[in-house]
Amino acid sequence: MSSKRFRPDVDAPEYHGRYSPYDIIKEGTIAIVLVGLLTIILAIVFGSPDERAITIKTWSNAAPVDFATTALSELNGTSGTAQYGAPYNTASTGQQLGPLQLSKWVGVRIPINTVKDFVISPLRAMPSQPALRDALTQWISASTSTQDAWVANYTKAADKLTFTNSVVTVPAANAGPVPIFINDLTQMARTGALDQALITESGYYTTDYTRPLLFLADGAYLESVATKQHLLGTQWGMMNETGSYPGQAWLWLYSFWYQIPPFNSSWGANADVLVWGLMMLLSALLLLVPFIPGLRSIPRRSRVYRLIWREHYRDQK
Amino acid sequence: MSTTEIDRQWTTRLRQRATGKLPPEKLLPDTQPTYVASWIYVFGVATLAALIMVIVTGCILAIRGPLWWHGSVYGHFVNSLHLWSVEIFFFTMIVHLWGKFFMAAWRGGRTLTWMTGVVTFLASIATAFTGYASQTNFDSQWITTQAKDGINATGAGAYFNVLNLGQMLMWHIVLLPLAAVVLTALHVLLVRVKGVVPPFAEKVEVHS
Amino acid sequence: MAFFTALGALVPLDHFGHYFHWHFIYLSLSNLIIILLMIATFLAAILAPFPGRKSRKEHQ
Repeated sequence: MSSKRFRPDVDAPEYHGRYSPYDIIKEGTIAIVLVGLLTIILAIVFGSPDERAITIKTWSNAAPVDFATTALSELNGTSGTAQYGAPYNTASTGQQLGPLQLSKWVGVRIPINTVKDFVISPLRAMPSQPALRDALTQWISASTSTQDAWVANYTKAADKLTFTNSVVTVPAANAGPVPIFINDLTQMARTGALDQALITESGYYTTDYTRPLLFLADGAYLESVATKQHLLGTQWGMMNETGSYPGQAWLWLYSFWYQIPPFNSSWGANADVLVWGLMMLLSALLLLVPFIPGLRSIPRRSRVYRLIWREHYRDQK
Repeated sequence: MSTTEIDRQWTTRLRQRATGKLPPEKLLPDTQPTYVASWIYVFGVATLAALIMVIVTGCILAIRGPLWWHGSVYGHFVNSLHLWSVEIFFFTMIVHLWGKFFMAAWRGGRTLTWMTGVVTFLASIATAFTGYASQTNFDSQWITTQAKDGINATGAGAYFNVLNLGQMLMWHIVLLPLAAVVLTALHVLLVRVKGVVPPFAEKVEVHS
Repeated sequence: MAFFTALGALVPLDHFGHYFHWHFIYLSLSNLIIILLMIATFLAAILAPFPGRKSRKEHQ
């Protein structure tokens, strides 16, 4: 070891200098007391945010047209979830990191069929109503092409969708049972029954909110509430907190990349995977700083250490 | 039983290795090299103190379960303590990281100390994120529905489903804290074993 | 209980906050304050004189 050349950014000089008394337990105790007091003061002065969760019930009551339109998008396969790809379905390739189709290769691990899971199954859970029961029978006994034609006819007229006197109306012809589905699902949502139906599809106990959260995120309402709270991705949203509480400020670098080209423009479709890839690379760089020539010389070259150890260097003179 | 037999026992050998590497006076030192004379040195212990606050407040929140703090004034106050201790934790940890970077604290066989520190930082970010995901309020709804796209795009979303509250809560209160605490313990022990990095040599070679 | 009600939050931050917007930089005031405070703390930590020089010298 001693025969090797001394590398200033890798090796440390032997210390033969003096030692001074140091009470590690006292230091630790003081730190805990001070940090504890500061925490208590900040908690008392500022508190913490707790913005109530949105339910499908609140959404469909506040914005019934948005809900009905979203329900239709689940049925005609145009919603974000319906077109997502892996891990929910095979509707699209998903994001790519160059030639790597990471999510597609992992496959459909959390299968979601928006027609069945978000519309037909919840409606079948409704207490027996003759009109709905007939509509469901009509749907199930029809061929796929007939179902598609009904949905397409309804979709064509959907820009005239209205919600008046608590009823969803669309001037659509030859839409089969679709008008009943959309109206009844909206009614179901407005009572809160859809919230329940979506989480209990897999059993009585549940801690999994994948389905209701995906349904919520497919609508415009969740995003409109988030926009008011400055939480959009384009507003550096991952860092922000509701109200004016500080958020995850340590995510600044992660949020930063989404704001600049090429991530916010030409490569936008793959922005998530690119930013994640970049952050993993940067994390690896930080982890491996001691091994990277140039990077590991920054501390010595910047001479900030002269300030930190100024008493030590003064003593040596 | 002969002494050599005792010496060859796994237990004896482990104890001897441990006390050789980390004798009590190194584990709990009573002196420091005089170059340890800057406020920047307090941010490591401040981070530890904040971590203790985070764990204590987290444990209090765990007693009554994940929904308690929405309906109880006391619960909400404990949540506030938890939030602010986390803010202090990251604050002091980042200042500590900057300080150690500018001291090139990996020198002299301290690479593993640096690396365990960085991994602890990354594990803490994951822990904080799963905490935000487990709040069971509007914030967690929004954060998880946004974050799913990034995680899904890497393929990890198939196994790490941020929309699954039960899964996020388990990661937040069991797996990740365990990782963070073990990593922190390793980091602190390495600091004690290797000691605090000496200053860069500056025309002092004359003396030695 | 009354104690926590009274001291729940003296300055609750539940209203929509101020945002700092410059080109593509868009930060909430509270995050900006925390980031600036972090930099200020770092500078103060390396610049501020550290007490206890005397005792150190006396002690071998």
